[in-house]
Amino acid sequence: MQVTMTVNGEAVTREIEGRLLLVHFLRDTLGLTGTHWGCDTSNCGTCVVLMDGEPVKSCTVLAAMAGGHEIRTVEGLAAGGELDPVQRGFMNCHGLQCGFCTPGMMMTARALLDRNPDPTEHEIREAISGQICRCTGYKNIVESIRWAATDAAGTRTTLEPVEAQSVGSAS
Amino acid sequence: MQVPAPFEYERATSVDGAIGLLERLGDTAKLVAGGHSLLPMMKLRLANFEYLIDINDLHGELGYITFTADEVRIGAMTRHREIAESAELATVFPIFADAEQVIADPVVRNRGTIGGSLCQADPAEDLSAVCTTLGASCVIRGSGGERVVPMAEFHRGPYETAVGPTEMLTEVRFPIRPHAGSAYEKVERRAGDWAVAAAGAAVWLDSEPRGSRGGTDSEYDGQDVVLADARVGLAAVGPNTVEIPSISAALRGQTPSEELYARAGELAAQSCNPVTDPRGSADYKRHLADELTRRALRRAVQRATDQVRS
Amino acid sequence: MTTVAEPQTARETAFVDNDRHPVGHGRMLRKEDPRFVRGRGHYLDDVQLPGMLHLAILRSPLAHAKITAIDITAAQAHPRVKLVVTGAMLAEKNLAWMPTLSNDVQAVLATDKVRFQGQEVAFVVAEDRYAARDALELIDVTYEELRPVIDARHALDPDAPVIRDDLKDKKDNHIFDWETGDKDATEKVFAAADVVVTQDMVYPRVHPAPMETCGAVADYDPIDGKLTLWSTTQAPHAHRTLYAIVAGLPEHKIRVISPDIGGGFGNKVPIYPGYVCAIVGSLLTGKPVKWMEDRSENLTSTSFARDYVMHGEIAATKDGKILAIRTHVLADHGAFNGQAAPVKYPAGFFGVFCGSYDLEAAYAHQTAVYTNKAPGGVAYACSFRITEAVYLVERMVDCLAFELGMDPVELRRKNLLRPEQFPYTTKTGWVFDSGNYQATLDEALRIAGYDELRREQAAKRERGELMGIGVSTFTEAVGAGPRKDMDILGLGMNDGCELRIHPTGKATVRLSVQTQGQGHETTFAQIVGEELGIPPADIEVVHGDTDQTPFGLGTYGSRSTPVSGAAAALVARKIRDKARIIASGMLEVSVADLEWDKGSFQVAGDPGKAVTIQQIAMRAHGAGDLPQGLEGGLDAEVCYNPSNLTYPNGAYICVVDVDPGTGKVTVRRFIAVDDCGTRINPMIIEGQVHGGLADGIGMALMEMISFDEDGNCLSGSLMDYLLPTALEVPAFETGFTVTPSPHHPIGAKGVGESATVGSPPAVVNAVIDALRPFGVRHVDMPLTPSRVWEAMQGTVQPPI
Repeated sequence: MQVTMTVNGEAVTREIEGRLLLVHFLRDTLGLTGTHWGCDTSNCGTCVVLMDGEPVKSCTVLAAMAGGHEIRTVEGLAAGGELDPVQRGFMNCHGLQCGFCTPGMMMTARALLDRNPDPTEHEIREAISGQICRCTGYKNIVESIRWAATDAAGTRTTLEPVEAQSVGSAS
Repeated sequence: MQVPAPFEYERATSVDGAIGLLERLGDTAKLVAGGHSLLPMMKLRLANFEYLIDINDLHGELGYITFTADEVRIGAMTRHREIAESAELATVFPIFADAEQVIADPVVRNRGTIGGSLCQADPAEDLSAVCTTLGASCVIRGSGGERVVPMAEFHRGPYETAVGPTEMLTEVRFPIRPHAGSAYEKVERRAGDWAVAAAGAAVWLDSEPRGSRGGTDSEYDGQDVVLADARVGLAAVGPNTVEIPSISAALRGQTPSEELYARAGELAAQSCNPVTDPRGSADYKRHLADELTRRALRRAVQRATDQVRS
Repeated sequence: MTTVAEPQTARETAFVDNDRHPVGHGRMLRKEDPRFVRGRGHYLDDVQLPGMLHLAILRSPLAHAKITAIDITAAQAHPRVKLVVTGAMLAEKNLAWMPTLSNDVQAVLATDKVRFQGQEVAFVVAEDRYAARDALELIDVTYEELRPVIDARHALDPDAPVIRDDLKDKKDNHIFDWETGDKDATEKVFAAADVVVTQDMVYPRVHPAPMETCGAVADYDPIDGKLTLWSTTQAPHAHRTLYAIVAGLPEHKIRVISPDIGGGFGNKVPIYPGYVCAIVGSLLTGKPVKWMEDRSENLTSTSFARDYVMHGEIAATKDGKILAIRTHVLADHGAFNGQAAPVKYPAGFFGVFCGSYDLEAAYAHQTAVYTNKAPGGVAYACSFRITEAVYLVERMVDCLAFELGMDPVELRRKNLLRPEQFPYTTKTGWVFDSGNYQATLDEALRIAGYDELRREQAAKRERGELMGIGVSTFTEAVGAGPRKDMDILGLGMNDGCELRIHPTGKATVRLSVQTQGQGHETTFAQIVGEELGIPPADIEVVHGDTDQTPFGLGTYGSRSTPVSGAAAALVARKIRDKARIIASGMLEVSVADLEWDKGSFQVAGDPGKAVTIQQIAMRAHGAGDLPQGLEGGLDAEVCYNPSNLTYPNGAYICVVDVDPGTGKVTVRRFIAVDDCGTRINPMIIEGQVHGGLADGIGMALMEMISFDEDGNCLSGSLMDYLLPTALEVPAFETGFTVTPSPHHPIGAKGVGESATVGSPPAVVNAVIDALRPFGVRHVDMPLTPSRVWEAMQGTVQPPI
């Protein structure tokens, strides 16, 4: 069958099997491997993407079901090449270690902040409670999302993260 | 990741269209809404169908919460998140907000629907327990028209419902009675897990509290009112979520008190039939039926009283 | 030793300019994060090769059964299937069995019988993953069921079925007996002691469950005979050597690449049959073959952890001086002895069960057995079984406190090793390098506000509320290890580091260890930066590719910093020594007149005369003479052989509330003070600790791989094997003390597993403390609401 959807702002049409899971459509068909998977039973949340702006577990949505809808993945998080505050927050607050759950966590964080720009710690924990992280113990994920919230509100006091700083070559 | 066996995907765009597809495809077809129970089972190959009929486009038609003077109607495609976020529903039946806080996780709640929850007929399913508690009735539609089935008859055993192979659940209706309060109490091993056991309670007070004093006294003193009616529904302690009529009988016409809740808890423990599994021992679940019944009743009465007073 | 406690407010003021760009140790943002936050990590399942095929494995539904027939004709006939392989077919190529890391053998595909539910029986290679999975349904296996052995306590019963009848003359399910310490001396101390407390306890089977499951892509090039294997491995070099031995392929023709790893925790140390199947699949099809296990395969067939049935005894004077500890352990190793531990340590490092205390005697005896369950045993950030040892001793100390009516902190303080006792040799022969245990404990008590917590608890008990405070003062033993004692299948547990300074003064450092999220690309750049004054941003860290990195045993047992970190510091110092000679030529002074000032050599007494490391690098590669006898270039390599393990320690305090009506435990606070010696990147250290604390809370409260009596695994999905979410863990409070390791070049001890090791007993001690009004002295994990409530009723049973 044929499916058409919008992925990160771009319309895509592909011939697929009816049973193809959205996560495999994104990863294998479109090559958007930033979205991961980690279980069979919709429990781990590493596969979260936004569908019409809401976080969904893409291992439990058929690609066919996403037909006609708008999908946003981690690859679409940085608008115009500029990192989303959520991405900067995760870097700045050590919100990731192995990085595997990170895209899903960031997509949920983005949707949360879109609805609730100033979430409390508990609201953040509740929002990410369907997603498992084995590395961070969640504390720095929560801080990362708070960082992003304060960044957007202009109330953040810490400095920008710097990805790399080099010295000039020998002279 | 595990993947489902092959099937043909069909998309229904109206209730009539969905029923038409079911009639054409017979019992080789299955409706899928949120899919968060069905698709994992299909991935694990515990369930296989030749056709899957996607009814998510019916959200426009069946995604609603409407209120009349004596009834709340929730469309079968209403998603958990919509139920959780309905302020008006939370006022009429706060039990929904309680339950929606503890059903799966927020991302799953973005997709899951009340219809899907009920049709799964899982004995540990929270919304089923809520519907049981509130004495809901289910509207089932087929090509021949609609029929309305009370919750007590909707579930026919674990994972079995009254919905025929060419029918679909379209709406759930909840009677509104005056001076109501309701609450849901669940114990889970971890956020997002199925209930070890859960209890819902709904109460309806007889009249204005006799000594309605207002003031700062937030604790209900238990001397003011009489229960016109009360219902308790339990989850995960039997083959289906169950309502306990003996509790209603014991509570009706009585003045709420700790002793009364204890009596209700005792009846809940006696009436349930839990089994030992990794979630907990049968003894523990029986204890929870008692403990959570008491807690749910206590909160339901408190809420009813608060509402009457305010 | 100096002990420095940094106030916690440092966390909030961390990102000042100096801290953000440290040339060396300090709180530096991670170099690997820019790719991860963009979804540009490259994990195993992201590997896509032209013409790649997909492999799926058929697994046994039964725990113990004879295979009487396998019919693969229908699967072979599937239009998208390229290959179907059974154990019998592997046996023809002598590939049906492979060695385990514990000198046992394990079936790649079962030939004679299946020995655990989930065991590999056959595999299919197909054009896509969906078709491969479909074809599994078409394989028809006929089994003849055998009685399984599920309870380790009955594995040695005279009538127990023999699981490993593949082993010559094997007549029972015994694997080994092991003992440590002095049995007679311990007996004497126990006989004379005022107080003896005994306690049986179970450390249930748990699973590391990294978010990324295990997998491999094998790509065999028949023209040049080279096998490239991408795999989820924490130890690429060790794996390469073992593949050379198993498959008979020449080692130089095998390249193992470990791409970004989505968490390991010990789950990705062993070689799994699936990796071998992928290799066989590629050899037979001539195409790249991908195998990526699903979650249920991960939980039911790959390396579990723990599964210890322990009997503990502790002897003390009546005023609380601990005299001796004695234990017997029954270890369930599953169907094959596949645990990953140094060969001379069949019980791993369980021998450190003496804990942080000054004892007169100690003795342990362990019996290990086969059962019809998945193989493994050493995993889940356990530091080679120290998790079990620490749980035993920290629970026993609390049981003693219970019996003596002493505060568990007071009892610990009385018995903790004192700073002047280091280096301290335990009664089981481990030489603890350094520590200031009292200071670490004091810091934890300060952060917790311990006395205030006890007052709050007393007030709550009056009201019938259940609040508990649990303490754990643990010592880790990491950084395996000295080659005289430690090897895995004959490979010494050393690690290499190669450092190349390029002409412009930028550097490439190549490591034999492999990050799974620990941030090696940052930490190792900082180690080298600290030694050479080159900014970490100018240092590229290469790891996870056997063609690109020096040999070494990989990352597990918290060994990266203690072993490879030492190699990195030493190789940088080698470079610095050479740079000094070059600088002396450039500045025309003798080497003795040069002073090192992080990044440059300057003439003593004349700081204006100096050359930077960058200038030296250009001279090393450039034109012009070098001092006599000196080769050009500025490269070096070191293979580090640690002289001892390192011994990080910590003091943990957990505060819980228990719902008296439901038994539900809420972890309200968790205070962790760690001493891991020199702190290279405090931000990363805190992150490591946070993750381990969540693990510990998970194990204590909810995680367990359980089986029914037929050997069906009841925890084969994340619906049934519960991992903690953000709602079960509190906002952790961390602190630290610093007592550098005297034998490590930079004094660092490693920290990756400290929190996983140290936190479970703190949680359990806290819950049991909360249950004090019920007279409960012990409850086995997991402390689910049901089990806690049963403990209140006095009816709780061990979980297995």
